[in-house]
Amino acid sequence: MPPVTYLEALRAGLWEEMERDDRVFLLGEDIGRYGGAFKVTEGFFERFGEARVIDTPIAEAAIVGAAAGAAHMGLRPVAEMQFIDFISCAYDMLTNYVATARYRAGLSTPMVVRGPCGGYVRGGPFHSQNVEAAFFHTPGLKIVYPATARDAKGLIKSAIRDDDPVLYLEHKWLYRRIKEDLPDTEVLTPIGEARLAREGRDLSIVTYGATVWKALEAAEQLANEDKLSVEVLDLRTLVPMDDAAIMHTVRKTNKVLIVHEDTRTGGVAGEIAARINEQAFEWLDGPIMRVTAHDVPLPYAPTLEDFVLPQTEDVVKAARWLAKY
Amino acid sequence: MTPRTAPAAAAVAPPAPAPIPADLTRERLLEMYRYLRLTRALEERLVALYRQSKVIGGLFRSLGQEGESVASAYALERGRQRDFLSPLIRNLGSMLVMGAQPIEILRQYMAKAKSPTGGRDLNVHFGDLELGYLGQISHLGDMIPVMAGIALSFKMRREPRVALVYIGDGGMSTGTFHEGINFAAVQRVPLVVIGEYNYWAYSTPPERQFAVPRLADRVRGYGIPVESVDGNDVLVVYEATRRAVEAARAGQGVHFLEVETYRRKGHAEHDDQRYVPAEVLERWARDRDPIDRYVAQLTERGWARLPELAEIDAQVRQEIDAAVDACVNEPLPEPDSALPGVYLDPPVTPRHWYRSL
Repeated sequence: MPPVTYLEALRAGLWEEMERDDRVFLLGEDIGRYGGAFKVTEGFFERFGEARVIDTPIAEAAIVGAAAGAAHMGLRPVAEMQFIDFISCAYDMLTNYVATARYRAGLSTPMVVRGPCGGYVRGGPFHSQNVEAAFFHTPGLKIVYPATARDAKGLIKSAIRDDDPVLYLEHKWLYRRIKEDLPDTEVLTPIGEARLAREGRDLSIVTYGATVWKALEAAEQLANEDKLSVEVLDLRTLVPMDDAAIMHTVRKTNKVLIVHEDTRTGGVAGEIAARINEQAFEWLDGPIMRVTAHDVPLPYAPTLEDFVLPQTEDVVKAARWLAKY
Repeated sequence: MTPRTAPAAAAVAPPAPAPIPADLTRERLLEMYRYLRLTRALEERLVALYRQSKVIGGLFRSLGQEGESVASAYALERGRQRDFLSPLIRNLGSMLVMGAQPIEILRQYMAKAKSPTGGRDLNVHFGDLELGYLGQISHLGDMIPVMAGIALSFKMRREPRVALVYIGDGGMSTGTFHEGINFAAVQRVPLVVIGEYNYWAYSTPPERQFAVPRLADRVRGYGIPVESVDGNDVLVVYEATRRAVEAARAGQGVHFLEVETYRRKGHAEHDDQRYVPAEVLERWARDRDPIDRYVAQLTERGWARLPELAEIDAQVRQEIDAAVDACVNEPLPEPDSALPGVYLDPPVTPRHWYRSL
């Protein structure tokens, strides 16, 4: 089998689940005949028909709400946000209705909301957002964020099979940038399990999404230039978070740098730092440090976007500082 | 009726010009023509810049929709502290009419430091509160409640000003559109809403977007006057908008004007529009191009001659050439200019610690 891109892996995961389970259906804007803004669902309309690949009006609250209703009745909807930035229009549905349904009413809502996230693509303030922090705070939603082609496939399949609502965040910068050989056998990535992306002894980088690749580049550079042995943990799932894997790497290297593309204040890194503080404080040989976007809306101009977002060089500098601490 | 027999000499003289519609003059007719041509020519130049990778992000065309954009904006009272509009991505013409400069549009698309947003936001996402236009954001429908609020400020201060906002056949599916127009209707604020029926919301056709024949049908329930007109007839749009604007100014509340037009390019330049039948595009280009139709009206009714219009075209080209030359090699913003301005106070967002190592 030739190597597949992140986007192709996601598409294959969706396709296989639709073939396997006729309760699975898709809904979203321009996902049918057009195949989606990024062509994730190209060919689905022709194969599965308009009853299972539904082009919707521009109405994210209706898309998410209708998915919830269908999910209550035993279907397995996968709702696409054309860009994840538009999920804010469905914030009410997700946080008030979907997230609380099981707890307050015993309702099962097995649905997935997925969409392209993130920057590094000159998309400007409304086509580059990372939205995990807005939902991370809401009990009742699982959140996954694959960084590799294998996990793009393995996590969409697990998300569809999960009995709780899952927010599946996919990074558009990774769509066609990374390629990987995938096995012919079933690929399933368990929700809630981090992945050790690189083993190391001196320092740990805990990250997820596109910055996994920035961290790996930085680790390679630090190995070559500084003889530093850097471990990289790819969280893959944000809720529920794999505390055991985080504490394992902290106990091993005793220094931790948390990297994410999202802005800093109220970001996921703060929660990770708090958990390390609570569960592994005595193992630390230095402060827990963060590399994140600056706390500004993401600007459009390349010079500005590059400045605001975390870059490989930032991870290198921060890791050097921490290694010397 | 008495048969009229023209004197022999009059048969070779040009026919007398038709009467010019109320409150327009020959100069104003030609000025509208200039805005139409400027809109189209500026977008054509942006396509060239896009192909040279000078445009940083996507490029959005209004080909075929210039008529309703220009004519509706032209029906407003323009100038400092006068009427006010909020455009969509395909209302470049409306922005130019309100006073946006071609060089500002060019700089925005190329993310230049001197662009109105300093490289922070894209394309036509900018405004000028003094001149009376407010840039949209990408979340469709959001500008309806915002413009209801701007109109509310006119009502509260008893200013004789009117707000005008555009919404597409797709954007009308959003909750914010419906919340906003209902709020405006209840408050009877001086707001004119232009519903652009251009047949495509990205790739989604009308029948997948709403279940009634016309956009006006979606709005009737809010208890406001609605009207549907040919959006590719410049004078028809002008006159219908003018009536709605003056009614709103006279305290008669919100008006909804549906303009039927056609999006003749893809959602953006990357979109090859394969979902649109080629013969439909050809028909709209051949029979209902708003600029061609306006040129025919101007010349057949004796309001302008073709050489005059060609002269305007040449001026427009010169103006665009000069604007491109002036800004194409300008620098992008300084990286750390990303930090100021999230708040008035504190004025600057702190730079992250590792950037000072």
